[in-house]
Amino acid sequence: MTPADFEFLQGLIRDRSAIVLETGKEYLLEARLEPLCRQKEIEDIPTLVRQLKTQARSPLEEAVVEAMTTNETSFFRDQHPFRVLKDNVLPEMMKRRDSLKSIRIWCAAASSGQESYSIGMTVKKDLPALEGWNVKILGTDISKNILERAQSGIYSQLEVNRGLPIPYLMKFFKQDGKTWVINDEVRRLTEFKFMNLIGTWPPLMKQDIIFIRNVLIYFDMETKKKIFERIREVLAPDGYLFLGGSESTFGIDDNFQRVEFDAGACYQLKEDS
Amino acid sequence: MRALIVDDARTIRMILGKMLRELGFECEEAGDGQEAWETLQKGSEFDIALVDWNMPVMDGFALVQTVRADASYNDMKIMMVTTESEMANVVKAIEAGANEYVMKPFTKDVILEKLKILGID
Repeated sequence: MTPADFEFLQGLIRDRSAIVLETGKEYLLEARLEPLCRQKEIEDIPTLVRQLKTQARSPLEEAVVEAMTTNETSFFRDQHPFRVLKDNVLPEMMKRRDSLKSIRIWCAAASSGQESYSIGMTVKKDLPALEGWNVKILGTDISKNILERAQSGIYSQLEVNRGLPIPYLMKFFKQDGKTWVINDEVRRLTEFKFMNLIGTWPPLMKQDIIFIRNVLIYFDMETKKKIFERIREVLAPDGYLFLGGSESTFGIDDNFQRVEFDAGACYQLKEDS
Repeated sequence: MRALIVDDARTIRMILGKMLRELGFECEEAGDGQEAWETLQKGSEFDIALVDWNMPVMDGFALVQTVRADASYNDMKIMMVTTESEMANVVKAIEAGANEYVMKPFTKDVILEKLKILGID
């Protein structure tokens, strides 16, 4: 790939998704775009770039952005956020929302759905007192293809091997040959929708819990600030925000405070924010 | 941390051994259930046993049953690492006392995350 091709793709991906690909990340572009070239029967990345230059806002452009934004995910990724959710955050929310009997949770980078379903399984298996409550888990992502996968709830053997404690597999999945399908009890709690975090946000109800994990690391400071600003509008004043292990609001948005629990930490809005 | 790797395939024992040693585990290996049971009876203590299902002499399922019938091994976690992927077998192994279940093929991340689930990391 020539420096000019890299620069073109860097600009395109940045404009469409706000993902910053620094110089030196050529290998990442190649790793993600070479399979796309094969799939679309395009000879190589320089040819892909030539085609993109003549087809602005095309499905091909969308496919490039999708290839670059599809992030790794797994069930109960990192484990500890889900322990905090189960042991601290959901029990606390149940006390606060007891009169409404309603809890809204938003996974803002839902990818292929493992995070949403992990939350759903936690609700169903570990918090039986939520039976009869209106629990809604909204999953949004920039990739329409990946959302279709999320909606299907179908996972490979390797995917259910990763991070999913075996009692949850036994309770919530049905085997279909070499694949595993999430059951309706959990699926009913979830809904998946397209959303570009740097584009126009659709109207969102106030969310009690927001998961936006391992996505902000790809954005520059300005974009992170804008996203936190919008999150402040969507997060309930007493709600909780979960970020990825290497992410923080520190130095980006002073309106959040870190809340520590035994298994890990999350964030809440400061009272005066 | 100490791990007992029980698999009749030397390659799998090597792969798992390498992964676990990189994570700081001390490992011992056994080529079948009987050999593993003898190792345990000699008094070697392990935090976890990673057990294949299909092995000669004594298979992994029989090993799980044998180990779980003896309360002195109650603290040792058992993780099945096997090509057996039928839900009925998963249920059978867990009911017999296995704590976790990995279906082959696996990656290092799969093993690492399962160890985290078991609190052994």
